[in-house]
Parts: sequence; structure tokens; C-alpha cells
Amino acid sequence: MDYHSPASFAEASALAANATGITRFLAGGTDVLVQLRSDLVTPDTLIDIKKINGVSDITRNADGSWSLGVAVTGAEMSEHPELGRDWPGVVEAMDLIGSTQVQGRATLTGNLCNGSPAADSVPAMVAAGVTVTVTGQDGTREVAVEDIPTGPGKTSLAKGEVVSAINIPARGNNGGDAYLRFIPRTEMDIAVVGVGVSLRLNGDTVTEARVSLGAVAPTVLLVEDCAQAVIGTTLDDAALDALGAAASAACNPIDDKRGTIAFRTEVAGVLAKRAAKIAYARAKGEDV
Amino acid sequence: MALDDRKSEFTFVGTRPDRPDGLDKVTGRAKFGADMSAPGMLHGAILRSPHAHARIVKIDASKAEAHKDVKAVVTRADFADVPFKPGLEGEFWNVLENVMAGEKALYDGHAVAAVAATSALAARDALKLIEVEYEVLPHVTDVDKAMAPDAPVIREGAADYSVPEGMHPNVVRYHESGHGDVEAGFAEADLVIEDSFVTEATHQGYIEPHACLGALGGDGKGELWCCTQGHWIVQKTCAALLGIETSQLRVTASEIGGGFGGKTTVFIEPVALALSRKANRPVKIVMSRSEVFRATGPTSSASMDIKIGMKKDGTITAAEGIFRLQGGAFPGAPGDMTAMCAFAPYNLTNVRQVGYDVMANRPKQAAYRAPGAPMGAFAVESVLDELCNQLGLDPVDVRLKNAAHEGTKASYGPTYERIGLVETLEAAKAHPHYSAPLKPGQGRGISCGFWFNHGGETSVSLALSEDGSAQVMVGTPDIGGSRASMALMAAEVLGIPYENIRVTVADTASLGYNDVSHGSRVTYASGLATIKAARHAVEKLCERAAAKWGIPVDAVKWEDGCAVPSGPNAGDFDPIPLADITADMGRTGGPISGHFEATPEGAGVSFGTHIVDAEVDPETGKTSITRYTVIQDAGKAIHPTYVEGQYQGGAAQGIGWALNEEYIYGDDGRLQNSIFLDYRIPVASDLPMIDTVIVEVPNPGHPFGVRGVGETGIVPPLAAIANAVSNAAGVRMRQLPMSPPRILAALKDNG
Ligand SMILES: Cc1cc2nc3c(=O)[nH]c(=O)nc-3n(C[C@H](O)[C@H](O)[C@H](O)COP(=O)(O)OP(=O)(O)OC[C@H]3O[C@@H](n4cnc5c(N)ncnc54)[C@H](O)[C@@H]3O)c2cc1C
Repeated sequence: MDYHSPASFAEASALAANATGITRFLAGGTDVLVQLRSDLVTPDTLIDIKKINGVSDITRNADGSWSLGVAVTGAEMSEHPELGRDWPGVVEAMDLIGSTQVQGRATLTGNLCNGSPAADSVPAMVAAGVTVTVTGQDGTREVAVEDIPTGPGKTSLAKGEVVSAINIPARGNNGGDAYLRFIPRTEMDIAVVGVGVSLRLNGDTVTEARVSLGAVAPTVLLVEDCAQAVIGTTLDDAALDALGAAASAACNPIDDKRGTIAFRTEVAGVLAKRAAKIAYARAKGEDV
Repeated sequence: MALDDRKSEFTFVGTRPDRPDGLDKVTGRAKFGADMSAPGMLHGAILRSPHAHARIVKIDASKAEAHKDVKAVVTRADFADVPFKPGLEGEFWNVLENVMAGEKALYDGHAVAAVAATSALAARDALKLIEVEYEVLPHVTDVDKAMAPDAPVIREGAADYSVPEGMHPNVVRYHESGHGDVEAGFAEADLVIEDSFVTEATHQGYIEPHACLGALGGDGKGELWCCTQGHWIVQKTCAALLGIETSQLRVTASEIGGGFGGKTTVFIEPVALALSRKANRPVKIVMSRSEVFRATGPTSSASMDIKIGMKKDGTITAAEGIFRLQGGAFPGAPGDMTAMCAFAPYNLTNVRQVGYDVMANRPKQAAYRAPGAPMGAFAVESVLDELCNQLGLDPVDVRLKNAAHEGTKASYGPTYERIGLVETLEAAKAHPHYSAPLKPGQGRGISCGFWFNHGGETSVSLALSEDGSAQVMVGTPDIGGSRASMALMAAEVLGIPYENIRVTVADTASLGYNDVSHGSRVTYASGLATIKAARHAVEKLCERAAAKWGIPVDAVKWEDGCAVPSGPNAGDFDPIPLADITADMGRTGGPISGHFEATPEGAGVSFGTHIVDAEVDPETGKTSITRYTVIQDAGKAIHPTYVEGQYQGGAAQGIGWALNEEYIYGDDGRLQNSIFLDYRIPVASDLPMIDTVIVEVPNPGHPFGVRGVGETGIVPPLAAIANAVSNAAGVRMRQLPMSPPRILAALKDNG
């Protein structure tokens, strides 16, 4: 196994482009190293991106948007004084991952690029409209988070492409987001269903909505029908019921050791309603 | 509820000093199974079957053997039944067959070969060089399917004489017991409920994976270090499996990171020794968590039918249970224990119970706290709860009305001596938990539980030092704070402070045979032996004092750590403290020790009653346990904190078993969830504070009244939680675990 710690994303991209066999980028390593030790994936090339300048920075840009380095950990996000006020849903989703120890290593980028349909931060990022900057041999491109995963363990990143930044939009006024997941325990588990919701209000009325579901299909879903169910409403019971029904209808889950099709479908609707209520309250400025 | 305010005839017993091994454990100084190494040591790794059931056509290890880092490869041909002692039989054969597959791989994870190499990584990589040709066979993992006529046969001829004719060869033992006439009893009942229940296999989930370091020479002399609940059984079994003399193998038990019954047999130890014999170097093997799940001993899974008749006043008129236990690809599922324990809390005129031991393509079950009892209690106590609900009776009152007491003929045969079930039920009724109001969405459950407890072969030695301190050598690995209890009991007899006593778990070369730390026997049996060994030393101390004073030894008594003249000589001499006698002992007759060995028979059966509140989210089926109270008879709590720890631990493990823990097999017969991420043991935040009440109804079979407390605590939880959840959800839950998908499905079915 070859281990590299490049000083720039261009170099990281070149290393990956020229590598043979299995290549992995090493962010926090909480997926990569676990898969290595359990004999699931033994990479031939390991490219550690943590030595690149700026990868641990959390920056608020002049327009209110946020740029996060690809090695920013869950703990650094939770401890940031401002980020969680703008995007509590994104921060709480990331914070659900693993234990205190895992939080000290795990990153949004790793969670996204590992390609798990159950990744917790991904529905929250999709709901928030997050994009990533991708550096390849031919320069950089900006890609919506929902366009990165293509199936369990698979992404749309081409050989030689590396995620070089996370871009979170400006929160703007009267907005709120939330993420909820279902696990049978209280922590240290993988989402059986995950729901991210981001709303913007005008007065009591929802004007913008993005709803994303995790663990109910081969990839995280952005569900337009869920958004339509609540836009133009005050999130009254009828809107919530329509939202729940749209979420359940969007599910295309599997039966496995973590949950059944019927269970996932039902609970996706339940969590969509609960997450929407939290996002709504946050959009109204309530501290929930 | 502490006992601190109670008057006690004891000085040390009943106090709560720190455990002697505590500091070592919290500072990392304690040595566990994987902490030992030796010069020239190799690392072993085991190749495991990916199939649930397959004939092993051929094993080609030549590529592995040729690798420069590999020093030995073993297969079944390297064990005793092949070159040394053809005809190894009975349980030893079963254990060998489990430790290393013979003609067939019998379950996913079954060991088929092993290597020793110069590093752990090299050993792991070398496994990939071993080529095994399998002929895959049909498999079965479910207990009911394994009994069906068309089930694949795991092994012909495994059944013993007890099995009625016409049963499938996978049914290997049969138990039936009871008394009275159940049909007549059902006819007298106002309400009869008949229902069926299923539980899945669970794992003890000890935090320390099995680990050992073995060295065995061609001369048949060996040393073994391992984490185990009983190193004499390891010694005896390894010697048999390797064809050497028992006494030539010295086994030392490491500190143990949990066992709960799962470390009462061997898995990797004979393999390390076989590799060592071949490589002529020490070999260390450490299991991964996945190996622990796939290839050590989980519980049985169970399928059960219960029928109970009750009068309107709550009197049970008859009870009948059929218990089918699947215990993996070997005989041993404790269907008999399940049957015998199921109705044991009750004073029944008419009772009948049947137990089946059934084989399937799963790992060989091992003990897990009160093996077999929790499942039976789940089924029986669920039906009792339903009877109470339908007849509008209070569940504690009904249990009190039918409770077994001294003189009751037990459902499994004998007549009870002094027992404490009624006292636990009365304590439950009086406990504020039982009358606390419930919130909407919450339900309360009650269950009683029973376990036999065990005595077992026991040998303890005690030696006094010149400075008046004492060392106690016990042969029972400390799995729950027992060294503290032994020191307290020795302190009580010798009259010297707890801190002046060091208790050591001696190796197999230092004491005679000691049974495993199981059957809740340690504080009872090693405790009894410690007391008697200490009394033995006291006799000698009195002799030395008598000789010094020139009076008969029976005119000397031992009081508060001193020899005191008594009877006609009372007051003639000043008392001599222990340390003054030991200071001179070299000149007054030599070292002073005490010893005791026996197979004590008076373990004293044990009962508990649990109260549980559960809250169910009706939209997701998720349960949280909001309040939990354990009430159990300890006979006499030597160290109350560690008794409470046992109660809380039983409840915590019961919560896991009831709600989320389960072995999940795919259609291919492979285990789907062999890591803690997917095998959902409770995390700390899943548990409420578990309140405990120690009831003390002394056991006449122990000098201080001790009854074992380690196992009974896991018998009531499954039922108590199922009753709480069923009452909260408004629908009877008949299958464990009561995972959210199952509860949600039951709620939907119920409308
Ligand atoms: C105990 C434990 C609990 C966990 N609990 C959860 C949980 O609750 N929810 C959850 O969603 N996950 C959980 N995980 C999984 C894991 O922690 C998360 O997926 C985490 O976010 C991964 O981040 P990382 O930085 O450690 O990724 P790494 O392991 O470093 O990388 C993961 C993947 O991303 C790729 N990658 C990394 N950086 C880049 C990059 N810059 N460009 C392109 N590809 C890249 C790697 O090649 C690799 O395939 C848990 C893991 C453990 C060990």
C-alpha cells in the first residue's frame, strides 16, 4: 500500500489519476480505516488530504455563505459559534455521527464520498442546498451534493477527482433547517431512515422548501413532491399529512437487518413531519 | 435501598470497600487475555467457513506453508482424535468438532484451519493462501424448521436415549417433568390461555474478545494464558483435545473483560496449543469481534407454547409448557433447564413441561446467565400477565397468591427449603415504583424469575504472612468483584482488616480442581471454602496460642482477630493478636495455612421480581424504558455494591435481549450482523437508572447465608419488559426482540 500526503489538491488529483488498483482519499479515516481493518477494502493507494493548506478552515464569506475545508471535523462544526446558528440541521446531522472519538475525525466530505445511502449528513446537506467543489486534472467544477452519490458505495467522481471544498449557501432571512434520523437505540447506530428539511417562510407561510430522505433508496433523495406539499401552506395538519404521504411515496427501500420496507416507508413519513415542524419553528426564530 | 442502616452481626461482611482489582483496571495495569506476550511468540489466525453447511472436500495449505512468515498450519488432523487417541467421545468430541471442523463445516464461521506466522497481519494474510474446496449442503437455522421432517440432518446419531421415536435426527435430547393432572386442572379453570412465543439467539456481548497465549512442546508439557471463567476446564479440555496429560498443562487465567457464561468452554486455546506444538514457539491468538459473534457461543433461540388455567380469584389450576431450543450444530441447548425453570416460581398442583434440544446450522450455544431460563420466563410470565389483564387482577397479587414458599413441591421435582420469592413480591408491592402513576403511552410490567444456583467442585487455600497479613488463593476467576467478597469473608473469620488480605486467582498448578465461575457459584462455593479455610487457619492459630499458654486448645477461642483464653482459663492471659502469633510462627511450628476443598451442595435457589415501565412511540414503534426496579433475594449480600451491580447488569442485558439484540441470518445461512454496529446491544444512554432492592432470606446452606446472585437477574427482564411494552402498546408482543419494526407491525395489525 502506498501512502501519500500531497500539499495541494492539484497534486492529490494527479496522484489519484496516476494510481493503479484501489485508491482512497484519507480524510478522518473513520470509514476508510474501519473498512481496511475489517478486510472489506484494502486500498493500494491512500492519499491523505489533511496536510493541504486550509482544509480545516470554516469561513463565513461576505455574502453570508460558508466555505468548509474538506477535513473539518464534526466536533469543529459543533463547536463553531456561528455555523450552527445558520444551519442547525446540517450541524446536528453531522453531530449524530458516531461517538466523541469519531467526532474528532469524521468529516462531511468523507460521509458524502463514502457513498452510503444512510449517511447522516447527506440529507441535511441536500436539504440545505450544499454544493462541493471538485478538483480534477482539468480544473475544478461545482457539483450539488445530491449529484455526488450514484448508488451504495458509488459516486459520480471520476478517476483523479477529489472534493476540495464544501460550500453552504447563505441562510438568509426566515429560514430554518432540521435533520432527524430513526435508530432503534439512542446513539451509535446507522440511520434506518433519515430526513433533512430546510424551509423559508414569509410570515407564517412556507415559500421555499427542500426535503431530502436518507436510507430509503440506493441514494439519498431530494423529493420535490415533499417540497410541493408544504410550499404555500402554514404547515397545518393537512400540509403535514401531504408531506408525510409524499415522503412515504418517494421511498424505494430494501428489507435488511436494519429495517423492513414497510417500516422504512412508514417512518419516513413520520420523520418528515417531525423534522418539518422543527425546521418551521427554527425559521420562525424559535430556539429548538 | 442500602443496607447500611440495618444492624448486622457482621463486622466486615455487608460493607462496601473498593474492590482490590479496581485500581489496576482503571489505570490499565490489569492484564487481560491479549496483554501477554512471550519471547519468540508467533501470532495465530483461524480460517473460517463462509458456508452454513458444507462438506470439506479438500484443504490445500501448501501455499501458506511455503510462505516465509508462516511457521505452522493446522487442521483437524493435528488434534487428538486423529493421530493420538482415536475415539475421543462425548462432550470432548463435540468441543473438538467445534474448535476445528472435521468432515463438514457446520455453520458460518466454523473453524477449518489455522496458521501461525511472525506477525498478526502476516497470519491474517496467510489465511488467504489456504484453498478449501467445499461441497455446499442444504442448511437450516430456525428451530421449528430444524425439527420439520424435511430439514437437512446436521449429524446422524447425535440424539440420546431420551428422544421419543419418530422425531427428526436434529432433535437430540428430550426432557419431560411435572406433577398432577394438567387436563383436570384446565377443566377447573375459569379462563385458560394458550399462546406461542419466539425468541432469537443473543450473545453475551462481553467487551473482551477471547484471547490466549499458548506454548506446548513436543514433550507434552505446556503453558497457557487465557481469559476464561474456569481454567481447570480449559486445562482438562485442551489436554484431551491435544492428547496430553492434564497435569502437564499449566493454565493461568488472565483478568477477564466479561464472560457471562460465554467463557466457560474453549474455542481458540486448543488451536494456539496445536500451532505451538507444530511451530515449537509460543502462539498468541486474539479473536476479532466478528469472530466472537460468528464462532463463540451465543444463547439458544427458542420457540415455545404455553397453556395456563386460572380461576377468577387468581388461583392457577394448571400450567403446561413446551420449549424448543435451538443450540447450534451440537447437542447442548438447555431445553431441560428452560422447562424446569419456567414454572418454578409457583406453587402448582398440576404442571407439565417438555423441553427439546434441537440442532441447527449455527454456532454451538454456550451458557449465558441462567442459561435457558429467561426465554421460558418470557413465555410463561406473558401468559400470566394476559390472564391478569383479562380477569382484571393485580399481577403482583396473583403472583403472591400462587408463589412458591418453603415446603412447596417445585414444578421440577424437589421440595423447596427456605426461599425468598414471597419477600421479593411483598417488597415489589410496597415499592413506590409499583404505585407510581404512569403517563399516557406508558405501560408497566411485572415478572418473577427463578434460577437453581450451583455449588460445584471448589478448593481454596489461605496462607498467613509473618506480618499478620493473609493471602487467599481461589480457583474461580473473578467475574463480578468476587475477590472483594472473598477478602470480606476471610476478614470476618480472621478478624483482620479487609485491606490486609490479598486474594489471588491461582493457576491450575497451585490448587486442586475448581469448577468454572458459573452457576452463580463463586460467592457461595468459593466463599464457603474461603470461610472454612480461614477457620482452618484459625484452629492452627489457637493451637499456637494454647501451646504458648500451656492450656488445652479447646480452652482457646478466636475473637476479634485475637486468641483469647476461655472457659476455666478465661482472663488468665492477655489476648494474643494474629500478627503476634504469625511473627513467631517459624519458631512455633512453621507456616500457618488453611485449606478447604469440597463440592458443596447447599447453593440455595434464588428468586427475583422486576418492575418495568416502558413507553412506546406509536408512530415508530420505538420503546424506551423509563423506569426499572430489580428486587432479588441475595440470602446475604457480602458486598452489597457488587450485588447491586449484578442486579443492574442482569436488567441491562435483559433490556438488550428484549428490545434489539438478535442473531440475524440471511437466506444463505450466514450471520448478517457480526459487529456491534448491527448487533444492537444497549448503549449507556438507552438505559434508565436501574433501582435495586436486596432482599435477604438467608440460605441455610452457607455459613453466612449467601445465595448466588449472578444469574437470576436476567430471568425476569424479558417478560417484565414484554409485559410493559404490551401494556403500553395495547397489543401482546410474542416475539423477541421487540424491535421497532415488529412493534410497529403489531400496532398496524391491531388497527
Ligand atoms: C463508530 C462509528 C460510528 C459511525 N456512525 C455513523 C453515523 O451515525 N452516521 C453516519 O453517517 N456515519 C457513521 N459512521 C461512518 C463515518 O464516520 C462517516 O461516514 C464519516 O463522516 C466519514 O468521514 P471521514 O472523514 O472519516 O471519511 P474517510 O474514512 O476518511 O473517507 C470516507 C470516504 O470518502 C472518500 N473521501 C474522503 N475525502 C475525500 C475527498 N476529499 N474527495 C473525494 N473522496 C474523499 C474516501 O476515499 C473514502 O471512500 C460511523 C463510523 C464509525 C467508525
